[in-house]
Amino acid sequence: MNNHLADLPAWAAAIAALLLLAGAGLTLIGTVGLLRFGSFYQRVHAPTLGSTLGIGCILLASMLVFSVLESRAILHELLITALMVVTTPITLMLLARAALYRDRSEGSDEVPPPPSSPDARPPEPAE
Amino acid sequence: MRGLMRRLLPYPLMTATLLAVWLLLNESVAPGTVILGGVLSLAAAATLGVLDLPGGRFRRPAVALSLLGLVLVDILRSNWAVAKIILRPDGGGRVSGFLRIPLDLRAPYGLATLACIVTATPGTVWVAYDRRRNTILLHILDLVDEQEWIDTIKGRYETRLMELFE
Repeated sequence: MNNHLADLPAWAAAIAALLLLAGAGLTLIGTVGLLRFGSFYQRVHAPTLGSTLGIGCILLASMLVFSVLESRAILHELLITALMVVTTPITLMLLARAALYRDRSEGSDEVPPPPSSPDARPPEPAE
Repeated sequence: MRGLMRRLLPYPLMTATLLAVWLLLNESVAPGTVILGGVLSLAAAATLGVLDLPGGRFRRPAVALSLLGLVLVDILRSNWAVAKIILRPDGGGRVSGFLRIPLDLRAPYGLATLACIVTATPGTVWVAYDRRRNTILLHILDLVDEQEWIDTIKGRYETRLMELFE
C-alpha cells in the first residue's frame, strides 16, 4: 500500500501537492487570524477559513489521489464536506449565542440589545 | 394505497438521501449493499417520525443547483477577502459589527439552509434568530457597507431559498 503512491503520475502529484499546500496555508492563515483579532466575535470568523475552503482543498486532493490510484471515482470525501457544512453552524451558533448572552448579562455596550424587549431599555436620565 | 405508502415511507427524500450516503460509504452498488442500505434507511426514516419534525417541501432542483454554484463562488471570494484582512499588517480601517436583517423567509428548512450558507462563507457569522419578528442577527467582519450585505443575504440567497422551500 505504501509503495502504491509511487505509481501516482507526476501531474496528479503536482496538483494534489498544490491543493494540499493551499488548504494547509488557508488553515494557517485562519489560525493567525485567531491570534491577531481582538474581540470574540472577530475571532470566531478566522478559523472558518480552515473549515471551508481549507478543508475543501484538502478533500479535493484526497479525491484526486485516490481516484487516480484506483482508476475509479472515489467520492467518500463528498460526505465529509456535506457533514461539515451541516454541523459547523451548530457549534458556531452555540458559541456566538453563549458569548452574546454573557455580554448582554454583563451590560456590555458592544452588543445590540435583544430585539423582543424594546421596553427593557435603561430609563432616560431624569432632568 | 396512499395511506400505506405514507406510513411505510414518511420521508421519501430523507430515505433516498440516507441510502445514497450508505452506498457512497460502501462505494458499491452490489445488490446486498443496496438491500441492507434500503432496510437501514427505511428504519432510520421511520424513527424520525417520533421526533415530530416540522413539515416542509423542496422544489425546483435547478434553482438549488444555481444556488449551490453561487454559494461556491461566494465561499471562494470571502475566503480570499478574509485572508487579506488577516494578513494586512495594520488591520487597516476595518469596521466589524453586528447587523440585523429582517427576513421574509419563514420555512424552517430554508432558514437552516441559510444558516449553513452564512456559516460556510467566512466573514459572516449567524448570531441569533428572532422568531417573533423574523429577523436574524449577524456579525460581519468587514462591515463597510451595510446595504451591500443586506442585498447579498436577501437578494442572492433569500429569494432563491423562498423559491425552493416555500
